[in-house]
Amino acid sequence: MSDFIGDWHALLVLVIAGFLPNEVWRMLGLWFGGGIDEGSELLVWVRAVATAILAGVIAQILVLPPGSLASIPDWLRYGAVAAGFAVFMLTRRSIFAGVVGGEAVMLAGKWWLG
Amino acid sequence: MRSVASTVLTLVLFATYLGIGALAHDTHFSLGWVLASTVLVWAGPAQIILISTLGSGATVVQAAIAVTVSAIRLFPMVVSVLPMMRTEQTKRRHLVLATHFIAVTLWVECFRLFPQVPRERRIAFTHGLGIGLCSVCLFATTLGYGLAANLPPLLGAAILLLTPLAFLLSTARNCRQLSDVLALVLGLALFPLVSLLQTGVDILISGISAGTIAYGVHRWRERQ
Repeated sequence: MSDFIGDWHALLVLVIAGFLPNEVWRMLGLWFGGGIDEGSELLVWVRAVATAILAGVIAQILVLPPGSLASIPDWLRYGAVAAGFAVFMLTRRSIFAGVVGGEAVMLAGKWWLG
Repeated sequence: MRSVASTVLTLVLFATYLGIGALAHDTHFSLGWVLASTVLVWAGPAQIILISTLGSGATVVQAAIAVTVSAIRLFPMVVSVLPMMRTEQTKRRHLVLATHFIAVTLWVECFRLFPQVPRERRIAFTHGLGIGLCSVCLFATTLGYGLAANLPPLLGAAILLLTPLAFLLSTARNCRQLSDVLALVLGLALFPLVSLLQTGVDILISGISAGTIAYGVHRWRERQ
């Protein structure tokens, strides 16, 4: 990666791999959005695939962690996320409480390991 | 601005962009690059996919495919929210900037706040809300990037963990039907298996198969 940080090439990659493939769906929605029913079967499938892709990204960060997250043992990363999810469910789906709970378990676990 | 400050989702968004800033730092992108991605892409999941796929050595085409599939969900959001902004005088070009700002947070907030906004002022309202949220996120991106560069590894790891936590929980909260819940669970479970194949498009394979299975179960249940 380091050979094209900050130059025009990096910006071009951002536009081609990030901006255009993302923005095209917004603009399609603006142009052709008139006749599509939000409850249609196609959109149920699209939403399921989009959700599963996002789930895959979450799993990727946990299974193959980037940077300093790799210094946390596997079981502690999974345990912290599981704990965060448990707190989220127990607090009637409070995202804030779940995030704080998961972070607390990871920090406490790492501190305990020394 | 009051709408920007008062939303609980802004906190989640802030945490997400702290994570994106830290992720960009740890995968060796420049600060300017990740800030540009926040303005141009303006969708947390797409940015995380972009950064993590490029960072793990995927080609531009592989990253673009993964990003575009994740962005399909923006289409139904745009389709459902734009009719609420239109008046009889509204031209398509008036809606381009507002359309760019539509992402999950803004979409949810539009449904919550639009009833209090007169119809002819909703486009301006969306611009204000979008620019406000985007500024908050640019600040969070910069802060996350700086923190990842300067903090001890333990706290850096804590910031990186914000991303999967915030995304998992906000996705879990948005699940409306059985197919959404199944897609989330199967997507989490399938990725580690598919990643053993080392195809370079693991996310796409696991996502499309998990999503399709979830949809199939949904169809099967409806027929019963």
